[in-house]
Formats: sequence, structure tokens, C-alpha cells
Amino acid sequence: MSDHDYTPKSKAGKWFNDRLPLLTLANHLTDYPTPKNLNYWWTFGGILTFCLITQIVTGLTLAMHYIAHADMAFESVEHIMRDVNYGWLIRYIHANGASMFFLAVYIHIFRSLFYGSYKAPREIIWIIGIIIYLLMMAAAFMGYVLPWGQMSFWGATVITNLFSAIPLVGEGIVTWLWGGYSVDNPTLTRFFTLHYLIPFLILGLVVLHIWALHVPGNNNPIGIDIKKPSKDTVPFHPYIVIKDGFALLMFMIVFAFFVFYTPNILGHADNYIEADPLVTPAHIVPEWYLLPFYAILRSVPDKLLGVVAMLSAILILAALPWLDTSKIRSAVFRPLYKQFYWILVADVLILGYVGAMPAEGLYLLIARVATAYYFLHFLVVLPVLGLKEKTLPVPLSITEPVLGGSPNLATARNKESLK
Amino acid sequence: MKNLFKIFSLVILFTGSCLTSYSAEKVEYLKTDWSFKGLFGKFDRGALQRGYQVYTEVCSSCHSMKYVSYRNLAEKGGPEFTEAQAKAIAASFEVKDGPNADGEMFTRPGKLSDKFVMPYENVKAAQAANGGAYPPDMSVLVKARGGGVDYIYSLLQGYEDPPAGFILDDGVYYNKFMYGNKIKMSNQLSDGLVEYADGTNATVEQMSKDVTTFLMWTAEPHLEARHQMGFKAIVYLIILTILVYFSMKRIWSRVETKV
Amino acid sequence: MSEKETKRRDFLFTATYAVGAVGIGAVVWPMIDQMNPDASVKALASTEVDVSSVNPGNTITVLWRGKPVFIRRRTVEEIAEAKSVKMEELKDPEKDEDRAKNPEWLVMLGVCTHLGCVPLDNKGDYNGWFCPCHGSHYDISGRIRKGPAPTNMEVPKYEFVNASTIKIG
Repeated sequence: MSDHDYTPKSKAGKWFNDRLPLLTLANHLTDYPTPKNLNYWWTFGGILTFCLITQIVTGLTLAMHYIAHADMAFESVEHIMRDVNYGWLIRYIHANGASMFFLAVYIHIFRSLFYGSYKAPREIIWIIGIIIYLLMMAAAFMGYVLPWGQMSFWGATVITNLFSAIPLVGEGIVTWLWGGYSVDNPTLTRFFTLHYLIPFLILGLVVLHIWALHVPGNNNPIGIDIKKPSKDTVPFHPYIVIKDGFALLMFMIVFAFFVFYTPNILGHADNYIEADPLVTPAHIVPEWYLLPFYAILRSVPDKLLGVVAMLSAILILAALPWLDTSKIRSAVFRPLYKQFYWILVADVLILGYVGAMPAEGLYLLIARVATAYYFLHFLVVLPVLGLKEKTLPVPLSITEPVLGGSPNLATARNKESLK
Repeated sequence: MKNLFKIFSLVILFTGSCLTSYSAEKVEYLKTDWSFKGLFGKFDRGALQRGYQVYTEVCSSCHSMKYVSYRNLAEKGGPEFTEAQAKAIAASFEVKDGPNADGEMFTRPGKLSDKFVMPYENVKAAQAANGGAYPPDMSVLVKARGGGVDYIYSLLQGYEDPPAGFILDDGVYYNKFMYGNKIKMSNQLSDGLVEYADGTNATVEQMSKDVTTFLMWTAEPHLEARHQMGFKAIVYLIILTILVYFSMKRIWSRVETKV
Repeated sequence: MSEKETKRRDFLFTATYAVGAVGIGAVVWPMIDQMNPDASVKALASTEVDVSSVNPGNTITVLWRGKPVFIRRRTVEEIAEAKSVKMEELKDPEKDEDRAKNPEWLVMLGVCTHLGCVPLDNKGDYNGWFCPCHGSHYDISGRIRKGPAPTNMEVPKYEFVNASTIKIG
């Protein structure tokens, strides 16, 4: 970072800053040169920060009333919903907040995929992002167990049983995870502890994620390296702050609609039945944001291989910067990749859909094809495409397409038609 | 902006797909107008009070409601019995309390702070008394069933003679809205079963609607507050969004890029 | 930029900040209020105590809202002593008649008004209660006489349901 030469104006500020350069940091964050052609897909980083803070604040307040005990957890959630001042509001924000968090993170990830934000020199940002995503899934899963409803209990049973697929030590690991011979009180208390811990790990990783981002600076829709600061950039404050704020408010309207008018639509009715180790619900379905991976798990007929396939589907993303061999970042200038990108989006949506359906007949067949294509995209399409694809000419600076009228996409199309 | 609308419509699409996929199991439930649906939905006090009557006189002999307290009956947004009425209702129940100074349990008349008295001591006792089937606790029953209020409302009116060849064991009844059509609860409602205090004609349909409304309230006691706050919150957010939008336009007018 | 335009812009930004601040306040309040006593705590009923077996000169302690309540059946001498104290001698002047409607029965929260410890019975320089934590002395009417406590021990709302039953709260 080149802006270390900042000195506060006031004497006291200077005295403090010489000892702890917080003011330098604040100055760096406000002046941070940001490409001025960022579109609204780039606002989801800020939205995700909001989601994380919302989850932490509501989670802390819920933890003041929740009781992590198998006999009392369900009752304590009802106590929160009925008696605690604004308890219903806080719980509904927290429960729907998880879904909104994942919605935003998926948009964030697919934005990165479209504009090639994971490519050099941003591999570390991307990999930290994948770790955050994995931790989010762990936190969400454990959080879903806490109300101790039927889906909590059986979801916990099914997911922890995945570890039994590990040869030789699998059974031992599952017993260790449970702290008993089934999901029970010891499982609940440790899940609560970890559910409390993970958000703070995520917070730490988010700091690293942003730190790593501020080294090369933001990617942008054109995907070219820009000089910063220059006429291609604007200071983060107020330009990006107000824009992120505007997008965040739009996001909050959707969020508020869920919280106030359909607070239970994203949950499962069975979770309002207290956990019963003797009765399994008719359909065990994970929360919507885990459905694509659930579909991959079920599409493989072998227990161990199914688990391996599911894990690989996530971990393969970490290798993405090296699997994608293209020199061009943005899909705007990669006509073929753009098409494959949308096929991948459709593929993941299909996986999500069949994940919610019973694993039989046509659904199973579709799940298998979609799973195969998912891996094909990353392992074959991307490496080959990078070498073979004929890309469009890339502008030299952001200002060039911007001056030609409306930014990026439209300009790129115009350029295409000019040839 | 165009881009933002794309994102926005994507979110709406996502919401829509959630709604449809969760109602994937298609059963045509009986329809009725629920006063508590919609942006400004509120409970019908009369229906809640009548529903409470149906619950106490019919359902409560088997179904517990362990998360609801007598004080709730007098709270805002609920049946809104007067405090005196709620006290009288509570006092009409015998509550087990103790131990007293001698270490013994005793019974006393209920108080506002007491939870609804349960018909059975525990789940096992409930099962033993009902041929092995546990009559589920009704506190959050509406939220614990996929079809929600429509399902409960239909189920109560869904008793029919089984189709020819449909085999039913002893103590199992045919209900066209039950999953698998077999239900261990017999038909509980018949016209004129309760005598409503407010003189409403107690048809099966009326009682089903009233008791279902009551169950919606017990499952979601803050529904009215939620709707009211939600409307304010969303109006507020829209106003702030508009203000921020114009502020953003102003700020970005200093650079030539459009937002 | 004309002056008029600048003014309009200032107004726009001020309005945005103001509306935003209102929203933040509205969001912060539920997070604070959730720590206040909840509906079930507020509804906690009164306690009824059977005092028929308490002999003169004895104190019983009962739990009410998580705090001890002292119920003392005072002897004739104790009542006379409590009534004879001059108001000038008291740190927190209060007549015994105001503290014990029925002079035979003294009902008060057994919580020292200094820092919340439970005072000991029949102890201290004034024949009443003594708080072991920081040495506050209370007389037989529960009034502070010596030590760091600022006020008399609090008398809760109570009533005699019948001759032998006191309802606290």
C-alpha cells in the first residue's frame, strides 16, 4: 500500500497515530482508489459485511436467552418467540439472515466467476473466500441444529453420519463428534459452542479477505489492470460507500419482506416439531442453500464416493485460478466462456432443484447428468477454453470505453459490431 | 440502474421459486378468507375468543398447549379477553404446584402466570390413553404442518367414508386431507357441538375456522405487531432508499461515469 | 455550481443523514430492550405466605421475585421500641406506622440498601438487623441507623388476605 505517508493534521492525532496508526488505516480505507466502472454486482461485498454483522449482533442477543440443552432448547426458542422483548423479531432476522447471507454470497461468488476476479494476482483473496464459504456452511448447519426441532435433529444425524463414510476410523469419528452413541445433548452443546465461535473466525478471515483485496485493488467489469489512483478510479468514500449503501437498502427491503411477512417460508415446517429420536420426518431436506451439494451427494450411489464428490465440488473451486487458463479475466471479452458460464449457472440451479426432490427416477438421472457437467465445467471446459478460445480485443483503460458512452457491456458490444 | 433491476428481479425470482418449490406437494385444501393474511392482516377477536372456546371444550381434552399462558389471553394482539375474564379462566383450572413446606405437591386454582394445564402428565401417558398415538402439542401446530392454517382447517372437515376397498384398522379413521389418508383422531366436530357465548351458529365450518384462527394466534402471538412493524419498516426503507439514490446521483455527478 | 444548487444539495445530504440516523436508533432499541425483564418475568405472580406458625419475636424469610422477604412477628416491647425512636435520630426518617400497617407484622425486602447483601436477624447495635458485608445496622423497624447503607430496607406491596395469610406483590 503506497499511501503510508499520511499525517494527521491535529497534534493529538499525530501523537496517537505515531503510536497506533489507526488514522492512517482510516485514511487508507476512505481514500482507497476504486475502479469507477464497478457495477452493482460489486456491491455484494458490502452487503455481505452487513449480513455478517447482523448475524453476529442478533446471534449474541439470542444467545442471552437460548438454552443449549436437549430438554430445554426447543422451549427456550419458544420463550424467545413469545416472551422476550422483540425476541420474535431478533430470531426471525437471524433465521432469515442466514438465507440472505447465502443469497448474497452466491451472487458474490458468481460475480467473481463471470469477471474472472479469482485470477492472478487475486488467488489468495479467492481462496480465503472459499474458506469463508466453507465456514459459513458449517455455521449455518450447526445453527440449524440449535432449535432442536425434527429437522435440526435429523439433519444433524444425517450430516454427521457423512463422516462414517471414512474407511476404518469413520465410525469412531462419528461417535467422537456426537459425544455419545447418537445425536444428543453433548452434540447440541458442542454445536452451540462452535456456532458461537465460527462467526468470529469468519470475521477474522473477512479482514484478511479485504486486506488481500487492497493489495492489488478491485477487479472491474473490464477485467484489466488499472493504475491507481488515476482517472480510472474514485476514492472509496464517498463514491463507493454511497453506492454500496444504496444497493444495501434495496437488499434490506427484500430482507424485511421475508422477516415481517413470510418469516417461515425458507424454513421447514417439521422444525416446529420438537426433536424425536424415534421418528424420522418423511422428507429430510437441507436448507435451500445447501441443496446443490446435497444433490451431488445423492447422485453418487456409493457412500464414500458420494461424500468425496460433494466435498470435491466445493474444494475444486480453490483450484479454479489454475484450472482457468485464460489470460483474459472478464467474460465480457470471452464470448465462448460467457455461454459456458450461463450453462454452469443453470446447472447449479438444476442441482438445487433436484436436491429438493426425492432421489428417484428422472430426478436422480438429472442429478447425475448435472453433477457430471459440474465437474466437466471445471476440469475440462475451463482449461481447454482458455487455450482455444478466440477472445475480443480488450481496451487499454477503463476511460476508453467509458468515454465512448455507457460503460462496459454496451460498449463492448458496440465494439464487437464495429468489426 | 438497469443492472440493479436485473439483480432485483433475480432476487424476486428466487423468492418465487422458493414459494413454489415448498408448496410442491399439491393437495387442494379447502379455502376460506383469513383475516390475518396480507400486509395489514389482523386477527378477528371474535374468532379468537370462539376458537379458544372450541379448543378448551373439544381439543384440550387430548391436546396440550404447553407454551401458552393464561396471561396471553388478555394480551394485545390476542383474543383480548379482559384481565378479569382471563383471571377467571385461569382460576377455573386446577394447577399442580409445590412442593409446600411439608414437601408435598398440592393443587391450587390457576393464575395468569400459569401455562395452559396439560391433559396428560407426559407424552407416554398421552400415548397410553390414545391407542399409542400422541396427540401433538398445539402451541405451534400451525407452523409445524406444511399446509399451515389451510391444512388444519381442511383436516377438521375432511372426514369421509373411506373409498371401497380402503382398509382401516381399529381406531384409525379416513380423512381426505391427511397424509396417507389415515388418521388416529376421530371426527371431533359436529354442528352445534359447542354453544358459542356470542351466539354465533356453531357449524362445523365455523368451528373449524375459529379454532384454526386461534391456533394461528397461539403459534404466532406477535403476528399483528409483526405486520404493523413490517409495514413501517418497509415504508421507511423505501424513503431512505430514495433519499440515498438522489444523494448518490449528486455525488456521482462529480465524475463523468454514470451509476 | 450555483448557490441555490449547493443549498439544495446540503439539504438532501442532511435529510439523508437524519433519516438514516432515525433508522439506526429504531434498530438499536430492540437489541437493548431484549435485555429488560421479559413478559414471563413481569407476569410472575404474587406469593402467598402462611404466617400462622410464626411466633412473636421470630422472623421467617420467603423468596419473592428472586429476593428474600423478611416477615417478622414483633413482640409488644419491640413495637414500643420501634415507635419510640425520634425522627431526628434517623438517617432516612420514616415512621414505624408507615412501615408496618399492622404493627405486629413487619414485612420488608431482606436486601441491604447499600450493595444488596442479606442482613442478619437479631444482630447489630439496634436490636434489629446487621449486614455482614459492610456493617450496616438496622433497627427493629428495618430503618438504617449506622453504617454505609443510604436508606431503610424497602417495604414491598403486600396485604393480608386473611388473618394468617400475607400476599406479597
